[in-house]
Amino acid sequence: MSWLDKLVPSLIRSDRQQPSSVPEGLWSKCPKCGSTLYKPELERNLEVCPKCDHHLRLSGRKRIISFLDPEQQTEIAAEVEPVDRLKFRDSKKYKDRLTQAQKHSSEKDALCVMRGTVESVPVVVAAFDFDFMAGSMGAVVGEKFVRAVNHCIENQLPLVCFATSGGARMQEALFSLMQMAKTSAAIERMHEAGLPYVSVLIDPCFGGVSASLAMLGDLNIAEPNALIGFAGPRVIEQTVREKLPEGFQRSEFLLEHGAVDQVVHRHYLRPTLARHLRKLMQLPMAV
Amino acid sequence: MNMNFLDFERPIAELEDKINELRSVGDDHNLDIAGEIERLQQQSQKLTNNIFANLTPWQVSQLSRHPNRPYTLDYLEQTFEDFDELHGDRHFADDAAIVGGTARLDGRPVMVIGQQKGRKVAEKVKRNFGMPRPEGYRKALRLMQMAERFRIPVITLIDTPGAYPGIDAEERGQSEAIAFNLLKMSSLKTPIISTVIGEGGSGGALAIGVGDQVNMLQYSTYSVISPEGCASILWKTAEKASEAAAAMGITAARLHELGLVDSVLTEPLGGAHRDPGLMAMTLKQQLLQNLDQLDSMSQSELLDRRYQRLMQYGVA
Repeated sequence: MSWLDKLVPSLIRSDRQQPSSVPEGLWSKCPKCGSTLYKPELERNLEVCPKCDHHLRLSGRKRIISFLDPEQQTEIAAEVEPVDRLKFRDSKKYKDRLTQAQKHSSEKDALCVMRGTVESVPVVVAAFDFDFMAGSMGAVVGEKFVRAVNHCIENQLPLVCFATSGGARMQEALFSLMQMAKTSAAIERMHEAGLPYVSVLIDPCFGGVSASLAMLGDLNIAEPNALIGFAGPRVIEQTVREKLPEGFQRSEFLLEHGAVDQVVHRHYLRPTLARHLRKLMQLPMAV
Repeated sequence: MNMNFLDFERPIAELEDKINELRSVGDDHNLDIAGEIERLQQQSQKLTNNIFANLTPWQVSQLSRHPNRPYTLDYLEQTFEDFDELHGDRHFADDAAIVGGTARLDGRPVMVIGQQKGRKVAEKVKRNFGMPRPEGYRKALRLMQMAERFRIPVITLIDTPGAYPGIDAEERGQSEAIAFNLLKMSSLKTPIISTVIGEGGSGGALAIGVGDQVNMLQYSTYSVISPEGCASILWKTAEKASEAAAAMGITAARLHELGLVDSVLTEPLGGAHRDPGLMAMTLKQQLLQNLDQLDSMSQSELLDRRYQRLMQYGVA
């Protein structure tokens, strides 16, 4: 028990029937302002700090479930599983890293794809899980993204992707690099089919994911204050040996430099994207 | 000529020193030492053969960055004819880290695009060590799209440590520039042949590397991250670069085995820099053969095949 749990036992007990089954850590701290936050409330607030508006991390699955209308959410390509083709081993085996990440997240890999509706507009949504090996893109992420695109083309649906990633997955070496070409080629097929692809950039988004599917949206939309770039700030600092400018690689910086169309608060993503998709899909205005 | 021997070539370097010494002695004295020189040359040849037959991936990586290794402009001189360099992305600047323009291959017009490193300090700086900025990738795309309009095949030569990680590059959209090339190259309506001639450094390499045929020179490398970068992240120290190089499988032979590369071009004994002329001719033969094969396809066949090649990467 943390000191806080001891301080407010009545609150916990009033919420739950069996205090013994209360999951550990019902409280968390905002990494930005340091405020102590009640987790269920934070979850209701879509993991946005009610004190300072900082956008905390959200798993891919939770992201999609809260983004889509609750009715008729169907998962796509759930069966695709990672393969350790190179028998890669650093200080740890890749196989073990995968097993650990899978156990921790209950996901097979770092991308989740579902079909559903957002404010009644039919859509396919893909979302990265940063907690799964830093949201890195290997063959599974690439393949699932392509299947999402194929589903869109077969069913004439728009695609929304929430991208947060450290980049390509080193443990899959050149196979992971090729996913950049694979996913970008698939987006070209969306263009040819005249179907909208909206990329939502989430903190943080770098490397091979940023330099492929994440920057190729018909619309690129970023959550506030997200760190987005090709090279990480530390690498740049070491290369240029200069102090980085204030706000460098933040969403607002990208907006100013013309890399994203809009910066949109997480709470407004649903109505904003629905509005965009209605126009691009030639649907009537919502009533 | 200063051969710039690498550490693992030390024994060869010592023998070559001895040969040179004997030669200078031969000039001064009236001794018959030709026989001895020949004997030592044979020994040097044999030693080189032995050392190069068992290179580790890390040693190959060092060869791929060898300071005397032929660069894009060297091939433009020796493999191609009639090269006209074309400059600029039409939006911001001309990036000297990527060179490109029209040329002829055995008389036939082609568009050649490649990263360019520098030899001397001033040129290295001018070429930014072969690390392109967004305007470099945008120039490359402009030239590719021009090639498409005039039905000229695109030939790219890859040799970069990676796209430049700098403040200005980020401000001008390095990610977008790379991503957009990947997207557009996947559907460019003209054949694209890519050859890794030195370092194939990650997204910065791939941004001119999506094609119908991917070749690698024998001692070139192609990887998602440099061995040093991979080691410092996964092993927490860049000292483990040789382990990282082995784990990632960055060599032409390994990548060919994995089905990620179509052809491996044999290099002269000791590496391309030992006989750039021979290497240039090997490349020419390979490109002509590739063009022949791609010529026989209709446009839709070509594009379908390119798309299917991309789609099968990494599918179990």
